[in-house]
Amino acid sequence: MIQHLPFLPVLLPMLAGVILLIPPFGNSKTSKRVTSVMLSIVAFIAALALLMKVHADGTQVYAIGDWSAPFGIVLVADPLSTLLVCLATLLGVVCVLYASAGDDEKGSFFHPLVHFLILGVSGAFLTGDAFNLFVFFEVLLIASYALLMHGGDKKNTRAALHYVILNLVGSAVFLIALGVLYGVLGTLNMADMALKVAVLQGDDVYLAKIGGLLLLIVFALKGALLPLHLWLPNTYATAMPVVAALFAIMTKVGIYSMMRVYTLIFGNEAGQLSHMAQSWLWWLAIATIVMGAVGVLASKDLRKLVANLVIVSVGTLVALVAVQTAEASAAAIYYLVHSTLVTAALFILADLIARQRGKVADRITAATPVHQPMLLGVCFLIAAVAVIGMPPLSGFIGKVWLLKATLNAEYTFVFWALYLMVSLAVLIAIAKAGSTVFWHHQGKVAENTRQERVHPAQLIALIILISGAPLMSVFAGPLSEYVIGAASQLHDFNSNINLILSGGL
Amino acid sequence: MELLYAACVGLMVSCGVFLILRARTFPVVLGLTMLSYAVNLFLFSSGRLSTNQAAVLGYSAEYADPLPQALVLTAIVIGFAMTAFVVILAIRGRTDLGSDHVDGQAPKSNKKVKV
Repeated sequence: MIQHLPFLPVLLPMLAGVILLIPPFGNSKTSKRVTSVMLSIVAFIAALALLMKVHADGTQVYAIGDWSAPFGIVLVADPLSTLLVCLATLLGVVCVLYASAGDDEKGSFFHPLVHFLILGVSGAFLTGDAFNLFVFFEVLLIASYALLMHGGDKKNTRAALHYVILNLVGSAVFLIALGVLYGVLGTLNMADMALKVAVLQGDDVYLAKIGGLLLLIVFALKGALLPLHLWLPNTYATAMPVVAALFAIMTKVGIYSMMRVYTLIFGNEAGQLSHMAQSWLWWLAIATIVMGAVGVLASKDLRKLVANLVIVSVGTLVALVAVQTAEASAAAIYYLVHSTLVTAALFILADLIARQRGKVADRITAATPVHQPMLLGVCFLIAAVAVIGMPPLSGFIGKVWLLKATLNAEYTFVFWALYLMVSLAVLIAIAKAGSTVFWHHQGKVAENTRQERVHPAQLIALIILISGAPLMSVFAGPLSEYVIGAASQLHDFNSNINLILSGGL
Repeated sequence: MELLYAACVGLMVSCGVFLILRARTFPVVLGLTMLSYAVNLFLFSSGRLSTNQAAVLGYSAEYADPLPQALVLTAIVIGFAMTAFVVILAIRGRTDLGSDHVDGQAPKSNKKVKV
């Protein structure tokens, strides 16, 4: 059993999805909800167990079907991927719990789809094979297409249509990139690809470069980097908030893939191709941050505001990926965990606020006060402080860390100046939104919204997410140690390659 | 053979891109299908083109690379599911939005075309 541990975060959500479709568990509302929450907790515990194991014994390499690398597909559970798998499964628990308060009945098959999405996300984090990465991308995408349509209206259909078509084109580009890379390198195992890239000569170098940059397009599309980010605000703002909270991890999958591909395959050791994406990523990231800030300032409702905050965080992360030092990667990993939790919390908060304001919903305008101003207000304050990056919460630590990590990058003064201005813009936008929603009232609490008190399940989900920010700053010591270890492992070319190709022995 | 093959792939990609840019759901679906055909052919060629060679080791002196064939198979299956989904979505979009334009309504300059 214990040697199969790295496979469990992929296997358990798949079994959960299937179990939830068959009669004894899929019959009534209650049995569905209880089973789904239980199974998501089991998946989270398995991910935690894997984290413990990786922390104690180092990276685990699991050869699926016992076909050893580079011929078979391997799952690589290193500190980075395991941490992100934990994050994804935690988000799964929270969203299933939150939706159990009633959102899951607005469409069919909510619970199985969430588990399939988690399956795709965990698989994409763990896999060490480029084609397998594509397969897991497709798994998470098709689950996300269906979730996006869950309980949707007209606006939602349009956003979903754009999202699906864009991602199908993205998948085609992904396959072309893989075809080019396979044609040149003769392998799809990421570690083996890294070895082959280092010894390329002649025209093959350019072909591999084309393949690598095509991959960059795909990851930029998934991660919502500047020219390819336009789908994100509409998609996230029209999806059901609980689904949007779950999607908070999906842009991170794109960024994680960038980290993997451009530090392992096209990193320091890649000969002529080393750091080929760096100059692109750096400027695109800065532009993304600025566009995100413009979007944040222009947002007329809370959900759109949060969606634009996601774009800012994507830009920040990609800037760190572009620096390509172990320190920057450590900052990126910390910031990634922080931003995923906080944006998910904000999406859920926006939903709770919208429910208690009647027709006005989450538009940022004076309206009837919310029914539970203390609870929602305090949560909003914590999440806002965290996302803006003010002390003492996790956002501040992440921000200081990332500014320090970019100290030696080229044109860092541009980044620093713009990034701090953007932080100010975010501060202004959120302060304005918060004060309008909680302090500018018109009329009394509407009668019908009194019914919409926060459900206990929703409250637990919200508290789990909100407590992430203070906990990440209280336990910043051990967490940063772990993250620095994960980052140095990510940048340690030789040990990575040896470990994966020898099957982790 | 290489020239013909490459020309076919290129032609299909350009047709696919053209159809996707038509921005009406039916051409877009056709374009996506065309694009995925082209991609499948392209993937197939990444193992080098050859004739009369077994894809199994030991059955002929020169053998064809079996991996691209497996990749194409996977890509076909996934592409099939995705196409099915986008067809359903397109039908739903037509009913929900009242138009087969991907934006829900055609831009004003196109209004001359009667639907």
